[in-house]
Amino acid sequence: MKHIIVFLEPKDEHSLKRTSYEAITAAKQTGADITGFAVSGTETALQSAAEYGLQKVVLAQHPLLDNYSSTAVAEALSQFASSVQADTIFISANATGKEIAPRISIKLHAGFIPDCNELSNDSAMRPVFAGKAKVHVKSNTPITVYSLRPNVFTAKSNPSAGVSISSFSPNLDESHAKVKVVSILKNEGHLDVSEADIIVSGGRGLKGPEHFTLIENLAATLGAAVGASRAVVDAGWRPHSEQVGQTGKTVSPSLYIACGISGAVQHLAGMSSSKFILAINKDKEAPIFKVADYGIVGDVFEVLPVLNQKLKALLGK
Amino acid sequence: MNILVCISQVPDTTTKVQVASDGISIDRTGVKFILNPYDEFALEEGLQLREKFGGTVTALTVGGETFKEILRTALAMGADKAILIKDEHKNDSYSVAFQISEIAKTMNPDVLMLGRQSIDYDSFAMAPMLAELLGLPSISMVSSLTIDGNLITAERDIEGGKEVLESSLPCVISAQKGLNNPRYPKLPDIMKAKSKPIEEIPSLSTDARISTMAMQLPISKRIGKVSGDSESEISDIVLALHEEAKVI
Repeated sequence: MKHIIVFLEPKDEHSLKRTSYEAITAAKQTGADITGFAVSGTETALQSAAEYGLQKVVLAQHPLLDNYSSTAVAEALSQFASSVQADTIFISANATGKEIAPRISIKLHAGFIPDCNELSNDSAMRPVFAGKAKVHVKSNTPITVYSLRPNVFTAKSNPSAGVSISSFSPNLDESHAKVKVVSILKNEGHLDVSEADIIVSGGRGLKGPEHFTLIENLAATLGAAVGASRAVVDAGWRPHSEQVGQTGKTVSPSLYIACGISGAVQHLAGMSSSKFILAINKDKEAPIFKVADYGIVGDVFEVLPVLNQKLKALLGK
Repeated sequence: MNILVCISQVPDTTTKVQVASDGISIDRTGVKFILNPYDEFALEEGLQLREKFGGTVTALTVGGETFKEILRTALAMGADKAILIKDEHKNDSYSVAFQISEIAKTMNPDVLMLGRQSIDYDSFAMAPMLAELLGLPSISMVSSLTIDGNLITAERDIEGGKEVLESSLPCVISAQKGLNNPRYPKLPDIMKAKSKPIEEIPSLSTDARISTMAMQLPISKRIGKVSGDSESEISDIVLALHEEAKVI
């Protein structure tokens, strides 16, 4: 890793997505030369990367990049990487990264190491079999594309003097933009499990959709996202977007609070890489306790209100 | 419509993983292998497209002799043809995508359907890699799909919402849960599938671009402090989250 290109995605007018700051932090730790690469973003949003030590950003500009096309973005990044002879590309393994990183690896004849959670020089560790094993993987090619598991590489403040922003004009035509995003439907008003630092999840132990107010109240106190087990999503109590587990989302928050979730292996697959896990379940034999850091054996209907009250007191709410 | 569905065989989700003696793969002893769960959504969508537009559904996989089992499942669900690219090696995503792309080029499919990920190596790489090798558009993790003439409209989950995308045929689509409800093969169809032909193609060798050097089981670093539900015990947990774990 001598020259790393970090793919940057804006979150809003003022900042980049947290996953972009995480990728910068991971790149800084290698000691390599680093260039941020973006296809959109305001001056303020791109400058915000200075907080994490970035000094150079290249903003690709082309009309075909305006209406986000994964194929055009992959082509633009590949052209830039070739032009500067970068040997390493870092992309978050989020929804965008899952589309573009494999494509870029093909364009650059590069090895692709997906969903890394540890990096060393020219190799990486990644979870496989839903976290039941991990593999140490190395690339056999001069260029390597790494995608980084979100929420694993904690973004660390390490301010640089500022970011110099230069522009890049990729050579694109309609053949590079055969997929277009026509609209984005946001889940307004609530935080998504894949972006949250704390998740409060409910399972069948809640006994009915109306009792999810207990989960929502605790989530509100903590500024957390609401998650759900497959059983309650399949029962129609909660939307699929909240499902954590094998057929839902894989999450790695700082704190995962599992309430009334027994911990089927498919659920554990989606959350066992959380940094800390608190489980609340009335069955002390529930498998969720085997992966928990902290456990409360008790009835969620009695425990959750008390837990919420204690947390409110601690947080001064 | 010429529909190609690419499928894979994976250990059952409840498998207890052990590392094999080679140190880089899982011990297959006693492991039950199944059709990758996301590939069921891909197969179902392929079959529904055929029911709507006519044409053929071909199921294709890259693997050893045992992978014929999932091709039989695909035939029992209703696939017209089954192809096994016979490759016993432990491949990286690129070499699998390369082999599929070489066969796909000879078939000119209108739609290539895949599952969003295989639940063994969880790479999410196959659909975009395959599309890139074929020079086609792709849409990953699709939870809703409409095809009208040449126009494809799809929805996919992103962080904090959904994206609505448009593309055109031919296209590579990877399926997410919610796209459809996969059918269960009926017993007579399971019986019939046993005698249907499976075309075997020798592997097309290519160099792997990444190599696994070691597989390990994760070491649990969990604190594992389980307590009762009294008010003082809950207070202790809150304090531990604040002072020990420092997460709130």
